[in-house]
Amino acid sequence: MTKVAVQFTLNDEEQNEFVDSGSTLLAVLRGKLGLYSTKAGCHQGSCGACTVIIDGEPRLSCLTLAQRCTGRMITTIEGLTRDGALHPLQQAFMEGFAAQCGFCTPGMILAAKSLLDRNQSPSRDDVIDAISGNICRCTGYEPIIAAVLAAAEQMRAEMKKSA
Amino acid sequence: MEYRKDYFTDARREDLTEVGVTRRRSDVLGHVTGKTQYYADRNFAGLLHLKMVRSPHHHARIKSIDTSKALKVPGVLRVLTAKDVPQNIYTILCLIQVEPNDEPVLAFDKVRYRGEQVAAVLADSEVAARAGAGRVKVVYEELPAVFDVEEALKPGAPLVNEYHGRNYFTYEGHHCRRVRFGNVDEGLAAADHVIEEMYQSSPIEHAPTETTGCIVVPDQNDRYTCYSNTQALYFTLAVGGGFGGKVDVITEPIAFLSAMLTKRPVKYEYTREEEMQVSSPRAAERIYIKDGLSRDGRILARKVRLYVDAGAYSRHSPYGTTKAAAHMPGPYTIPHVSVDCHCVYTNRTPSSAMRGFGVTIGDFALEVQMDKLARLIGMDPMEFRILNAYRDGDMKAHHKQVEGAALIECVKAASDLAHWPLAERCKAMSSEKREA
Repeated sequence: MTKVAVQFTLNDEEQNEFVDSGSTLLAVLRGKLGLYSTKAGCHQGSCGACTVIIDGEPRLSCLTLAQRCTGRMITTIEGLTRDGALHPLQQAFMEGFAAQCGFCTPGMILAAKSLLDRNQSPSRDDVIDAISGNICRCTGYEPIIAAVLAAAEQMRAEMKKSA
Repeated sequence: MEYRKDYFTDARREDLTEVGVTRRRSDVLGHVTGKTQYYADRNFAGLLHLKMVRSPHHHARIKSIDTSKALKVPGVLRVLTAKDVPQNIYTILCLIQVEPNDEPVLAFDKVRYRGEQVAAVLADSEVAARAGAGRVKVVYEELPAVFDVEEALKPGAPLVNEYHGRNYFTYEGHHCRRVRFGNVDEGLAAADHVIEEMYQSSPIEHAPTETTGCIVVPDQNDRYTCYSNTQALYFTLAVGGGFGGKVDVITEPIAFLSAMLTKRPVKYEYTREEEMQVSSPRAAERIYIKDGLSRDGRILARKVRLYVDAGAYSRHSPYGTTKAAAHMPGPYTIPHVSVDCHCVYTNRTPSSAMRGFGVTIGDFALEVQMDKLARLIGMDPMEFRILNAYRDGDMKAHHKQVEGAALIECVKAASDLAHWPLAERCKAMSSEKREA
């Protein structure tokens, strides 16, 4: 199979890889880079478990060709934890029972992070819209929505304090 | 049967406050950091991918299987058929007397449902495995199929599963699981009203976000490690949603055999389409309830005929049907009860466990029926339930004494929350004792 060179920034680190032509970003993250936090639920772009952030936007890595990612900035959930400290979203998901089986959680948190990076004061409807591409089958959406809103509030409070 | 612990000792303590309180899960740090390791979150050198060739027919005889073209696909290592399976026929619940073995690992004489496993293609890559599966040539001769539980029990219906010889599971020599209490015909004869209704459900798929699968890895000395998301062994390990849908053990046997024959790690993972088509759903049920009711609101007799659609194979349905029987006639004290629960084989996807299987659909039927009965005699449906609710010390239809009853208290609490005006006489009633 033809190999192609791809180069992108993954969680603030440069990555240079030769990948099979036509392989998805999901396959490269899991199979080649060993980053298993990105989950495969459907391989057809309908469940959102494979969501990553590409250049600030939530993207389905199962439908994204790896070779199209050259020059892009990619964030997986590993990129959220700085020096061992959890992101407020991760903290809020823990405290509010917003993760039950945990399979949809990385994608869900990344979809929410992409929202909070763009909009520091989202409404409930904004949150619902942001996670509408992510299917959860056990936790239920209410604790997830509440956790995202709680994290947004926490982040606003922290910004106020540091200002 | 004796329980080791009396579950109801503390049931009525006033200081129980856990319900409604959020507790942090012990495994949640792994979930929010993406470090929780699910079965597929690992890689092995030399990993083979297994792709299943499935039956396109609901019921058909297998005339021939030609694997030669599949073996020519670059990357395809081997194609397994029934001939490669030394112990082909099995069933999951043999340890709790669900017998006989009735399901093949790989079909050989015929297929009994659409999507049944026929041949396993093993290849270096998923792409090659898929291409190989598309080149296995299976010739079928279609057979008449049956999809309805009552049709399946009629004389002359196509025989679904030869291991049972009939289209139903046999319970200790009986054609169905039965409950008998009092004399139901006498109860019905004494009633002011007799009402019979039919209820029916469709199969329900669990649709977990993580599909069913496993990886089997050869270790030293003919030992193997199986990384699996089955719920059958460990209910508490990392599973990306189960809900009972992963309690069957379907991917593991053929993955094990593949690893044994190739001496390489083998991964068998359902696609989303396979999860929807072949992973076992909650059984469809059809339930007939015939009730005898007195004018003053007492249920005198309840006669239930319940059909569980097991699909083509037993899996957990004979057990689920027993649960359905034990659950009837619902949480009500009824002096005359007769229950016949049939576990029926059809040419549909085998059904199995799902959250309260054998119970949930029965509850839907019973509670709709309760509303209909209450309406029939013009009684408030909450009052009607409280009036007929079982109390501690009552005998249930399957001859076990009631303990820890709380239905009356639950209906009262629900009425309070809904601002539903309860009849005065209900307020004095309690599950703990029967008023004079």
